[in-house]
Amino acid sequence: MSSAFASSRTNGSEIVKELAFFAVVALLMSVMILGVETVDRPTGLELAVRWDLVLLAIGSTVVGRLALIIRRESISRLVQAVLITITAVAVFEMFVRFRDMDDRWASPVSFDMALSSAVSSVVALAFIAIVFAIAYFSMKEKGVVEVEESEKLSSKIQLAYRSNTKKIGLVGIIFFIIFPFIFGENRSAIDLATLVMIYIMLGWGLNIVVGLAGLLDLGYVAFYAVGAYSYALLSQNFDLSFWLCLPLAGIFAASFGIILGFPVLRLRGDYLAIVTLGFGEIIRVVLINWYDLTGGPDGISSIERPSFFGLADFSRRVPEGTIGFNELFGMEYSSMHRLIFLYYLILALALVTNFVTMRLRKLPIGRAWEALREDEIACRSLGINPTNTKLSAFAIGAMFGGFAGAFFATRQGFISPESFTFLESAVILAIVVLGGMGSQIGVVLAAIVMIGFPEMFRELAEYRMLIFGAGIVAIMLWRPRGLLSFRDPTILLNMSQKEKVAGELK
Amino acid sequence: MDWAYFLQQLINGLTLGAIYGLIAIGYTMVYGIIGMINFAHGEIYMLGAFHSLITFLICQAAGISGILPLTLLLMLFVSMVLTSIYGWGVERVAYRPLRGSFRLAALISAIGMSIFLQNFVQISQGARVKPMQPLVEGGITLMESANFDVQLSYMQIVIIVLTFVLMVVFSLLIAKTSLGRAQRACEQDRTMAGLLGVNVDRTISTTFVMGAALASVAGMMVTLYYGVIDFYIGFLAGVKAFTAAVLGGIGSLPGAMLGGLLIGLIEAFWSGYLTIEYKDVATFGILVLVLIFRPWGLLGKPEVEKV
Amino acid sequence: MTDNKLLEVEHLTMRFGGLVAIDNLSFTANKREITAIIGPNGAGKTTVFNCLTGFYVPTEGRLTLHADDGPRLLERTEGFRIPRNNGVARTFQNIRLFTGMTVLENLIVAQHNRLMEASAFSIAGLFNLGRYSRAEKAAIEKAEFWLNKVGLYDQADWNAGNLPYGSQRRLEIARAMCTDPSLLCLDEPAAGLNPRESAELNVLLQSIRDDQGVGCLLIEHDMSVVMQISDHVIVLDYGRKIADGNPEAVKNDPAVIRAYLGEDEDDELPPEVAADLNVDPNAH
Repeated sequence: MSSAFASSRTNGSEIVKELAFFAVVALLMSVMILGVETVDRPTGLELAVRWDLVLLAIGSTVVGRLALIIRRESISRLVQAVLITITAVAVFEMFVRFRDMDDRWASPVSFDMALSSAVSSVVALAFIAIVFAIAYFSMKEKGVVEVEESEKLSSKIQLAYRSNTKKIGLVGIIFFIIFPFIFGENRSAIDLATLVMIYIMLGWGLNIVVGLAGLLDLGYVAFYAVGAYSYALLSQNFDLSFWLCLPLAGIFAASFGIILGFPVLRLRGDYLAIVTLGFGEIIRVVLINWYDLTGGPDGISSIERPSFFGLADFSRRVPEGTIGFNELFGMEYSSMHRLIFLYYLILALALVTNFVTMRLRKLPIGRAWEALREDEIACRSLGINPTNTKLSAFAIGAMFGGFAGAFFATRQGFISPESFTFLESAVILAIVVLGGMGSQIGVVLAAIVMIGFPEMFRELAEYRMLIFGAGIVAIMLWRPRGLLSFRDPTILLNMSQKEKVAGELK
Repeated sequence: MDWAYFLQQLINGLTLGAIYGLIAIGYTMVYGIIGMINFAHGEIYMLGAFHSLITFLICQAAGISGILPLTLLLMLFVSMVLTSIYGWGVERVAYRPLRGSFRLAALISAIGMSIFLQNFVQISQGARVKPMQPLVEGGITLMESANFDVQLSYMQIVIIVLTFVLMVVFSLLIAKTSLGRAQRACEQDRTMAGLLGVNVDRTISTTFVMGAALASVAGMMVTLYYGVIDFYIGFLAGVKAFTAAVLGGIGSLPGAMLGGLLIGLIEAFWSGYLTIEYKDVATFGILVLVLIFRPWGLLGKPEVEKV
Repeated sequence: MTDNKLLEVEHLTMRFGGLVAIDNLSFTANKREITAIIGPNGAGKTTVFNCLTGFYVPTEGRLTLHADDGPRLLERTEGFRIPRNNGVARTFQNIRLFTGMTVLENLIVAQHNRLMEASAFSIAGLFNLGRYSRAEKAAIEKAEFWLNKVGLYDQADWNAGNLPYGSQRRLEIARAMCTDPSLLCLDEPAAGLNPRESAELNVLLQSIRDDQGVGCLLIEHDMSVVMQISDHVIVLDYGRKIADGNPEAVKNDPAVIRAYLGEDEDDELPPEVAADLNVDPNAH
């Protein structure tokens, strides 16, 4: 609706009215939650007032709205960028102030920062410059040739990407393989890469269910939990090795997928979503309360670490009768060996997931998944069994979740229900959707953006999830179909992929 | 069978059910009109709880907390108004730009919104549990048996009566006013309603606002009834309230209330007679059973599949 | 009781709550013939299709398909098994293609069950065994045959959703034919087509009947299609059969004219009004 009026300029008093409206909204939204703090005192709760935060909230809302208005009215790009930068600084200011509660009404924090030391002033200026640059270059000015140029550029990038998916994938795989050689001694880099890789694998697993088969699963973490607990319990109670438990964990998770899927897969999209969410919660509640088996909220600790394919051990003091990894290869002992081995293990698992998914896509079962996502009724008219087809997607997705879970348990050495909350499911789903449904490379990209970046900014610990939530909303608004949203045909008759892309973009 | 104990569980269940029902109405109305789960609705309820808590603290600081009815009315009013604005904001930011776009996009943006709001409250109000002293104390002893007295507290009466009143008011609002007519028109066919001069944007916004207002009342009741809240209460309550909405038949207002009451009763009886730990499992188990055998819910209308 | 019968519908009744959509309907459709079902909107035509293809379970009645290897009772078969085991394929009134997939993929998906078997439920396919590649090659060949037949060979790699409307209609027919049906149910295949496309459709349907030997059941409002290509016409009104016979006989049946034009004009119908039946009476 609004786009129809976008071309006509609004007059000044209307703009003032609009700004006043949003100022009031910001005031009402922030007056209590931001403006008043509840402080715990021995006598009970007390109040502390923070009017500066309210002012900042109103200020940033008004300035941000002004930027949107200017964008709508297609006035100067420079002004828009300046306003957006001011908004960003104000929001930043607001959150910095949460931290230091004294010195109300002191000078602006960013101002202090800029003056206090060379380093922080550089950081502050860089922050402002980055925001400004992003704002400036992402703005469009209507009717200007530049826009077409930039659109052409983006379609060129898309074309280049689409006709080189294989190469890009290969480069990515090579990068991940040589990664430990680059960061070999950097423990946190390897840890982070392993974490990202777990999410890539989970994303790829869920991609089968959500991206290909179009089944909205909000409880994927349940299968992850089943995998983790089945390894932990099998290894503790029956003393089975990781290499035996890994396939078992996958099988258990897949069976859970089938048991759950059988009754619920007839449901329409949103109902399925809520039932899977409920199932995820049930699993968690059971894990917390079945104290005898799972250790309840305390979890299971000292889970056995994986050996080097049963040949050698990674510990400093190897148990009787086994041989150390370093001895096997005649190296000095290093605690990094195990970490790097774990990294390669999850990389291999993830690549297997990827390979199987790519292969299944080109098989009748994969095509049936996609067809089912497009139109279930048409599928039935073609003799495709919808329940079995959905069930297979659910089970295979669950199986990879189970593998990832077993890996998670062996890597952490400790698991508890804490690790398998709804938030995990939401994060994995967000990775799939943000990446662009069904796009394998998109999942990698989204996992790096969603898991890698926030982990790098650990200092912002308490704001991490806040920014994470806001980021999800922002990316969805920016690209509702995900970062890389196009579908690669599974089979082509005449044209090469390149021609097809070119033809489509024309 | 111990009737006293049974009666007590019934009262507790109805109280809890009233709260779930109020939240469920928000889900059912939003689902009815845009066909999507409002994933941030649980957080709206949590915000309602915080708004009412802070209003109470302000009343206390201003020294008017002694006048109980005034304090309660202020809490109700302030928290309804302020929380509604959050409901409005959720629609504006996370739903409206994505309306008519890819379905999952709106769902994901709502999940993002939910994470954002949760952490927003956590950061601005702290992660610790907030205690609240009991305001409405005392009650009526309905029945005395050998080892057990059945209590109906005044707070429970307030909750049940207030829920009933709100239900009647909102039902009338939807049945009789032009706003309700516009809402029902949008439920049937948004495009057509728009062509006939219904302001679709405003109607959808109003739906979110109404849902948020009811959820904020639920939040306030929980604050008063249990006396503790934290930033995380929205998630589980949200899921259960959605379960209630589905159980009653999504899109149906009385259905949402009935579903809420049933969920409340199931929880109360399950905790009272079986195990308290697995009460959530019971709730979800029932949801799954209902969806399998009666996917349109208790009071909903079955959809005939259009081929 | 010749063995030329393909489909026998006996006493079919379908009720939705109090609404009787089909009331005690019996008819037969022969092999290698096009049988048209016509009737005013809401006469229950699509409901007949939905019963035949397993989307609805009939309230009463028997639906027998005389396949080459013996009769099959359709009303006892679960939804998706009808196309799979009994060879009844259909198209839809509002086209239901897999719009996000390519034209070729649409046709390959239609051969799902055969390919699934060849891939040993994906296990052989996963390792790219010879048996599966041969089956896939055969599937592509079949798809190519139908692409040529409906004139979409050059658009094989397009997204099905990007095809023009008329081509989508033809693709849907091709997709249904890729399931190797013995009975093809077409739900308003000419709706929304221009006269040239409609004429092409006639040729295609005649070829399906004559060259492939597939019996067709056709719901259609476009009388130019019905009258030209159908061998046998059944007229429904309010769920009941009011006429049954060859096109010429049905066209002049007073009951049919009444159903289309209303009760009042009864017998005083001038011949030119009857001729108007050649145009779509439901066009607005």
